[in-house]
Amino acid sequence: MQKSSGSYYQQWRLIKDNLARYGVIAGGMGVIVAVVMIFFYLLYVVFPLFLSATAEPVSQYALPEKTLGKTLLLDMEEQNQVAARFTETGHIVFFDVATGKTITNQTVAIPAGSQITSFAQATPLNEGVVIYGLSDGRAVLVKHQYKVTYVNNQKVITPSLAYPMGEQPLVLDDGHAALETIAAQVSDGSTTVVAKTAAKILLSSFQKEQALFADEATLTRSDAVLNPPDTGVQDILIDKDGSYLYLLGSQGRLDFYDISDKSTPVLKQAQNVVGAGQKITSIAFLNGDLSLMMGDSTGLVSQWSMVRDSSNHSSMQKIRVFKVSDKAIVALKSEQRRKGFLTVDAAGNIGIYHSTAEKELIKEHVADSLTDVAMSPRANALLMQSPDDKIYFWAVENEHPEVSLKALWQKVWYESYPKPDYIWQSSASNNDFEPKYSLIPLVFGTLKAAFYAMLVAMPLALMGAIYTAYFMNPQMRQYVKPIIELMGALPTVILGFLAGLWLAPFIEEHLAGFFSLFLVVPLAIMLFAYFWQFVPRSILEKIPDGSDAVLLIPLILMAGMLAFSISVPLEAALFHGSLREWFKDELGIGYDQRNALVVGVAMGFAVIPTIFSIAEDAIFSVPKHLTVGSLALGATPWQTLSRVVLLTASPGIFSAVMIGFGRAVGETMIVLMSTGNTPVMDLSIFQGMRTLAANIAVEMPESEVDSTHYRVLFLTALVLFAFTFVFNTLAEVVRQRLREKYSSL
Amino acid sequence: MIKEWFKTGAPWIWLNAAAVSICLIMIISVLGLITVRGIGHFWPSEVIQFSYQNDEGRLETIIGEQVDSSVTPAAMAKATGHVMADNEDALVQYLIKTGNRDVTGTDFRWIQARKIKQQETPMAILVIERREWGNFYGQLVSVKENGKVVASGENAVAVALQKLESTLAVFKEITYIEKKEIGAVNYQLERLRLKQKSLQLTNSLDAGAQKSLTIETATYEERYKSYQAKLQALYQKIRQDSLALKTDGGNEVDISLSKVVRIYQPNNMGLFAKIAHYGSKLVEFLADDPREANTEGGIFPAIFGTVMMVMMMSVIVTPFGVIAAVYLREYAKQGFITRVIRIAVNNLAGVPSIVYGVFGLGFFVYILGGNIDQLFFPEAAPAPVFGTPGLLWASITLALLTLPVVIVSTEEGLARIPKSIREGSLALGATKIETLWLTVLPMASPAMMTGLILAVARAAGEVAPLMLVGVVKMAPTLPLDGNFPFLHLDRKFMHLGFHIYDVGFQSPNVEAARPLVYATSLLLVVVILGLNLSAILIRNHLREKYRALEG
Repeated sequence: MQKSSGSYYQQWRLIKDNLARYGVIAGGMGVIVAVVMIFFYLLYVVFPLFLSATAEPVSQYALPEKTLGKTLLLDMEEQNQVAARFTETGHIVFFDVATGKTITNQTVAIPAGSQITSFAQATPLNEGVVIYGLSDGRAVLVKHQYKVTYVNNQKVITPSLAYPMGEQPLVLDDGHAALETIAAQVSDGSTTVVAKTAAKILLSSFQKEQALFADEATLTRSDAVLNPPDTGVQDILIDKDGSYLYLLGSQGRLDFYDISDKSTPVLKQAQNVVGAGQKITSIAFLNGDLSLMMGDSTGLVSQWSMVRDSSNHSSMQKIRVFKVSDKAIVALKSEQRRKGFLTVDAAGNIGIYHSTAEKELIKEHVADSLTDVAMSPRANALLMQSPDDKIYFWAVENEHPEVSLKALWQKVWYESYPKPDYIWQSSASNNDFEPKYSLIPLVFGTLKAAFYAMLVAMPLALMGAIYTAYFMNPQMRQYVKPIIELMGALPTVILGFLAGLWLAPFIEEHLAGFFSLFLVVPLAIMLFAYFWQFVPRSILEKIPDGSDAVLLIPLILMAGMLAFSISVPLEAALFHGSLREWFKDELGIGYDQRNALVVGVAMGFAVIPTIFSIAEDAIFSVPKHLTVGSLALGATPWQTLSRVVLLTASPGIFSAVMIGFGRAVGETMIVLMSTGNTPVMDLSIFQGMRTLAANIAVEMPESEVDSTHYRVLFLTALVLFAFTFVFNTLAEVVRQRLREKYSSL
Repeated sequence: MIKEWFKTGAPWIWLNAAAVSICLIMIISVLGLITVRGIGHFWPSEVIQFSYQNDEGRLETIIGEQVDSSVTPAAMAKATGHVMADNEDALVQYLIKTGNRDVTGTDFRWIQARKIKQQETPMAILVIERREWGNFYGQLVSVKENGKVVASGENAVAVALQKLESTLAVFKEITYIEKKEIGAVNYQLERLRLKQKSLQLTNSLDAGAQKSLTIETATYEERYKSYQAKLQALYQKIRQDSLALKTDGGNEVDISLSKVVRIYQPNNMGLFAKIAHYGSKLVEFLADDPREANTEGGIFPAIFGTVMMVMMMSVIVTPFGVIAAVYLREYAKQGFITRVIRIAVNNLAGVPSIVYGVFGLGFFVYILGGNIDQLFFPEAAPAPVFGTPGLLWASITLALLTLPVVIVSTEEGLARIPKSIREGSLALGATKIETLWLTVLPMASPAMMTGLILAVARAAGEVAPLMLVGVVKMAPTLPLDGNFPFLHLDRKFMHLGFHIYDVGFQSPNVEAARPLVYATSLLLVVVILGLNLSAILIRNHLREKYRALEG
């Protein structure tokens, strides 16, 4: 009995031992896996940025209501459920996108006796307004709209038509000449219509004015007539604000008018946009109507945009070209919310591109030839019609077109900028402007801040480490080392607060004094050291060896005060009273209160203990027999230090500097609080910057989950992670090597 | 001669020594600056009455505390557009805290020393700390009750102080009812609403359940109404007294006593009165809620939030850190892999803290929290419970951040324990876990303690990741209260470090808030340096102990 309970106990002990073993192994591995997971999770979030876009066929069916005539325009609503086919006979066929079944067929109120001679989509595209130009000089504006209702928890979309200018046609040409080409722009208060007859170009603008108490709005109309250019007019475009008018001639001539004043259009520029013998085959505004995309007969699509030159004169310029195909471009459609566009070439290939990322996202062959295309407002579906009266419905997966390596790391020419540039501007005020994700300004800011911090920290920390490890007496070292290491424990938020609210105003006020510190203090130290050798031996003997640092503290304090007091007369004599003003007036260097100098000092303060501690360890643990041997051979302490100790410890010092640099790169709060956080690229020590880490802290809370912005911010976090990890690993490996070397010596 | 001197290397040694001195000067002056400004904030400084010639040449009276001064050299003053006489060599300016923001619109003002015609410190000047509009400086004219004057002249101050005491007592009662009692009722009502919704979602809301819910709701609403009535009466009571005061500009102002926190006459205070005032301000700072967008009052919620977060973090980080260290040191086969792991763990300590914040926000908050909400709290949708930054996620994120500290420190402790002790235990027949549990770990416990203290010190000072995973500038409720389940891990909290950032940089009145930020900084520095010092002491003590063992 006794024995068996004993063996049970023994077994229980063994079981416990095994349980503990597996428990600890599982726990330990778990912790390590969790830590590795950080990296993979960041990668997992960033990865979709670099997935290529896809387009896949969903269904294809015969053209609905084929008998109602050829298609003028295909369009789709927001949910990709209902599509509309505008026919040349003035019918609008609404059909189910997935199956092609007709939902309703509506007729536009075209007056009897007149035919449709021209047709156009009005800007802005998301209003859903189209205009019909008629054979008797009149025009009709029609808006197609969709109402979403829920019947038995099922989404039902009901299409309908509306007439924004009334069902009565607008009389554009009093002479009743047929309108050959037409364009319109519709907004809340005003409507602008431009149409071309055989002889002239008519511009009519309607201002709607709502009287305060009247139900009826009054329409004021203004008209103007333009002479058609000799090359004829192939296409007319009005931007969505109704302030610019573009006329495209048949030989690739583009006339560009300012029509802000509707009664007196002004010709701003007339220019050929293609070479001789080529033709513009399709044209469309890019989202925001700030640039024109033009596809030509050679398969090129070029982007033209207004560029302001140095003398503040703006003109249309070609800012980039896409080689889309060898065949002519037959259709161009732009995305309604991003700066992407869709191209169709004569061989039935579609392509989706993003303008500023300069990226070809999708290239697919659909049919032998395509006549009409529609892209859904969310740019996630395509509807295409081929000449043999078939409709192809494709789904598009294209989440992050605006990110490409070029957009992230190279100069990009954004609309309304005078030249290509690196710009970080992650949020735009509206859809017309795109977010700009160049990482260069942030990386630049990060390196700039780290550079100035290292400039402050490296000399102080390394020299301090040399003295503490090699010259200082052991009793003092015992106190000095922990004190300096305690600096590292100070929360950075406090350093940032002091830098932003105390140091920055202080330096601003005492700039000259601050600079004279660098002159006066070293000079004072040198003088003191020089005269120290003449101090009588009897006094010297009373001062313990290696306590020079204590002696120097009052000296440095006094030298510092001297520096600030002599700076005032110096500043008055040399710099007209204010060094800051002098920099601005004489050298053109502006001064930001929270600048790189402040960051350098504050972050230097934070980095000193890191570098100091590691470098001091490396120097202190240099084997004693090396130094003793060197001294015994007659070398002075300084020679021993510089030729033996530092050489041996140099890998350790190197790794100290690397780890310090890694810390400076990732520091967030100090930079956040002591700079203006503007992503500028300016090397000046008197200007601020925005670093990767501070940028994350500023923008991450406002970023929408899984949006491009969110993923780009994760990318910056990944960059930071990888950068510091590589740096630290290198430093760590170097240190381990060094330790092995010491132990073998 | 000089060349010789340079050859000896002595100047370079002196320069190196100077680097140490400069580092020491820097750290001591930073600590000194924080200490002086932080400690000084609560001392009642005297209020000066200036007779000041303003820009139009008229004489005006300015009452206020001098908080800062600046000396601008004549040349620079001229450059910035001041008219300077030939014999003046500097422009001296004082920053005066004049208070009375409700009357003048600003509470600070720069004045030039040369335009001060006369200055004195009248005994009668009163400083009133208020719940809105900042401090008031002026003279007491009379005390009113329901609009009728009850005291004026000499004894007005005494009466005002007496009345203030009773008003503050009532105010305390009001706060208690509003925060604790009504807060609890609201909490219960919200709980009932969620319960009803959750029953609806599972289609089990039958007539009986509905009825009991309605009855419960009705009782709480009844209770709420009774509290409302009580509050009404208290408010009536608190609003009846007011003070009539005269500002420096000669305006007469009425201030309701219900808006007053403290009344004192700094120029009329003896040393002991000042010390008492200092003490009461200090207690307020440590134990009260903030007022006026965090720029006045106390920082209790921030202290509480920091402590809660750090405690939660310790609970998470200690077992995991220790297990990982024990695995690495005692169980894993020492070789290339463990070396790689060790380097990786070491390096994680160098990864920028903001990266942990990004990870915490993406993984813990959005992915883990989002899924927890879907699984366990469908009734709260669309409002997130755990799918939003909060105390739990902040603690876990910081635990991850400080994990390397604990692992490294524990491993160091394990490595220091002499092999003979393990071998002795094993030789006596103990299993490995018994050896670990009964001899090795107890001996290594001070090392774990050191690691934990260092982790706590790091976590207490960390702000950047917290900004993403749960810290807010103003949390209406503490994460720990009297409502079941008492500890609310999903709540957002306040934090000392973030408080410094927020009040110093985001607040509308930075100038007024600055002293408070210095005081908060001082508190944080004292806590963190204290923690670090104790870690260092424990470590040193430990070293001595093992040295003896090895010997």
